[in-house]
Amino acid sequence: MKKLLGLLTALLIFTVAGAQTELSMWYHGAGNAAERDTLLMIIEDFNNSQSDWVINLEEFPQESYNESIVAAALSGNLPDIIDVDGPVMPNWAWSGYMQPLNLSEGALDDFLPGAVGVWNGEVYSVGLWDAAIAMFARRSVLEANGIRIPTLEQPWTLEEFDAALETLQASGEFEFAFDPGMAWTGEWYPYAFSPFLQSFGGDMIDRSTFLTAEGALNGEEALAFGNWWQSLFERDLAPGTSQDGADRETGFIDGKYALQWNGNWAALAALDAYGDDLLFLPAPDFGNGPIIGAASWQFGVAASSENPEGANAFIEFAIQDEYLAAFSQATGLIPATQSAAAITPNYAAGGPLEVFFELSNEQSLIRPPTPGYVVMALVFEKALADIANGADVQDTLDAAVDEINADIENNNGYGF
Amino acid sequence: MFDARTKATLSSAPKTSRGNRKNKEAFAGWLMAAPAIILLLTFLIVPFIFAFGLSLTNQRLISPNPTEYVGLRNYKRLLNVRFFTLKPLVDAEGNPVLDEEGQISYPRLRNFTRNNPDYPQLNGLREFKSWQVGKNRLVLLASDAVFFRALLNTIIFVIVVAPLQAGFALLLALLVNQRLRGVNVFRMIYFMPVVISMVVVSMLWRFIYDGNDGLLNSLLSAVSFGAFQPVDWLGSPQTALGSIIAMSVWQGVGFHMVIWLSGLQTIPFVLYEAASIAGANGWQKLRYVTWPGLRNTAVLILIVITMQSFSLYTQVQVMTRGGPLDSTQAIVFQAVQRGFEKQDIAGGSAISVLLFLIVLFISIMQSYLTREKR
Repeated sequence: MKKLLGLLTALLIFTVAGAQTELSMWYHGAGNAAERDTLLMIIEDFNNSQSDWVINLEEFPQESYNESIVAAALSGNLPDIIDVDGPVMPNWAWSGYMQPLNLSEGALDDFLPGAVGVWNGEVYSVGLWDAAIAMFARRSVLEANGIRIPTLEQPWTLEEFDAALETLQASGEFEFAFDPGMAWTGEWYPYAFSPFLQSFGGDMIDRSTFLTAEGALNGEEALAFGNWWQSLFERDLAPGTSQDGADRETGFIDGKYALQWNGNWAALAALDAYGDDLLFLPAPDFGNGPIIGAASWQFGVAASSENPEGANAFIEFAIQDEYLAAFSQATGLIPATQSAAAITPNYAAGGPLEVFFELSNEQSLIRPPTPGYVVMALVFEKALADIANGADVQDTLDAAVDEINADIENNNGYGF
Repeated sequence: MFDARTKATLSSAPKTSRGNRKNKEAFAGWLMAAPAIILLLTFLIVPFIFAFGLSLTNQRLISPNPTEYVGLRNYKRLLNVRFFTLKPLVDAEGNPVLDEEGQISYPRLRNFTRNNPDYPQLNGLREFKSWQVGKNRLVLLASDAVFFRALLNTIIFVIVVAPLQAGFALLLALLVNQRLRGVNVFRMIYFMPVVISMVVVSMLWRFIYDGNDGLLNSLLSAVSFGAFQPVDWLGSPQTALGSIIAMSVWQGVGFHMVIWLSGLQTIPFVLYEAASIAGANGWQKLRYVTWPGLRNTAVLILIVITMQSFSLYTQVQVMTRGGPLDSTQAIVFQAVQRGFEKQDIAGGSAISVLLFLIVLFISIMQSYLTREKR
């Protein structure tokens, strides 16, 4: 009798479980315990909240995540829900790996612009958070050197910023006045430095057509940016491409650098070191307004998914304020909505990182949303490194334009 | 005439049985070679045929666009070069304009190479090298200056590394070939870098070459009592390639030492004894006994080092990523960067095919030059 009961229970559990459809999800953050715990909590809540779907999480190290997705796509093994870096999303959407999201009307209305991934007029991905960059500075240092503290309404102009750097360098207290972060090769270059170019009035590509970089990346404005960029290193105001990785991590905290261009993920460590003296300043206005990069990792649905309703249901579930807040608490990143920011200690009114929400909301510009971005980013990185190392500015920018244009041509315009 | 006929009749008799044995032997031979042949076919020959095929298309790593045959376009883009004479800027009287430093001024090249309808053949080309010829400047323009830089760097790398590595390895082999106590410890020490992964070695040498407080700078500064000014070894275009060469020589020298050692140990000891009896001194033994006995080993080592050096990649990827200012670009690095990072499989394949042809040509040349002259 007992046996029979046990069998019945097992059968019951089996049939209940059988009614649920399994969905697979891939995530880029293997090795990061805080992110993992938060994501698992959301998945568990989702699995318990309804009886149609069960999410299975698989994690990958960030360095090999993109390659894993490409390999899976080529062999037809993509998961249902994929995690995608904002600027890469158009490439995957265009390649046919992703399908547009199908969320309820107005679900994304309050989201930071950088957290919503749009390509070809459709939303393909949404992020639970965004990241923002600020100029890390110390009030005491700026005041001692008679430098005005800029605001979002009145950021530093090019002349002001440049004069401030000269003053700080001349003070002799610092190894370098400004640390842009040349040690962080890779995506940091386009993410952190293309906003400077855009503020000068140039861009990585002509965003009116997305078919050529001519004029945008080698025009007068871009040339002005390039010359200024090169002069930073010629005048020894900033450490060059051979900057030590460890100096990048701790140089500002150790007092080697007066100003540091850095992301909000580094903010808590700097706060620990300097407390109230620390300032998160907006980007300088080089003529076209202060600009910082936007878009971080986001969730989307694979084109090959057999259960897009389930995948969309999970994403819609995950973008509730409480989960945005939980992620922000765990990682220090900016919650994607104002209402979620309000319930986190760091980003609520009066919180130590509150300013980042405004910085992101007011200044952010996404990197060019085109499938060609992947190549453009590499070309841009090499051009900026070469210019910093003393290459001829105009020739380097011309070569970058040619390479970007050749790539666009090779791809029949990337669908534009 | 008679000879030939007898030979024919003689050999015809046992033909069947010998033929059978021969067939059997041939079969066994093929069977034993099969694993290697299958592996070579699957992982080298078939992929190479694929690469050659892909290099004639516009294949992308990922793309919804269909693959199209484009002929030799990828090769033309890589290899298009042209000479162009740049005439100095002249003032109203036709004299060359001088800049502040008294140098002759030239018009910017981009006036000719960018959208100039008078010079359509120069469109999109970049300066690779230039020379002063009288008042004019002779410019070598290339459609892909980075590729030519990579080619040049790789050739310099091979030309420097091959003799250095072979020479140091021979020196070490001669040292550790002596019958001394504890010589195995030295053999192990010299061989150790070979066993460590190149990625790890490259990471370590990045710290050694660090421009501020790297081991090399500290060492040189200590040895010179502070007179030595720190050099940014990997960060300066003048020293970056040399630094990678020095580190590569160090890393590979142990491997070739072992090959030399095996060569040294095949030389019969009686030859040295005979030489001693004949009154030869140490140098004469080296010159007339050791060196001739190492001939075949030397040929092998030279060919192996040459081929290995052409595949320069890991050090560049980990230490410099081709920079600063393209001073450490390498062919394989470019092939990988284009094929995978920039998703241009066709372009990467074209570079691989060119590299294959270069290495093939050099190997054939080497085996021709070092053939046994009878």
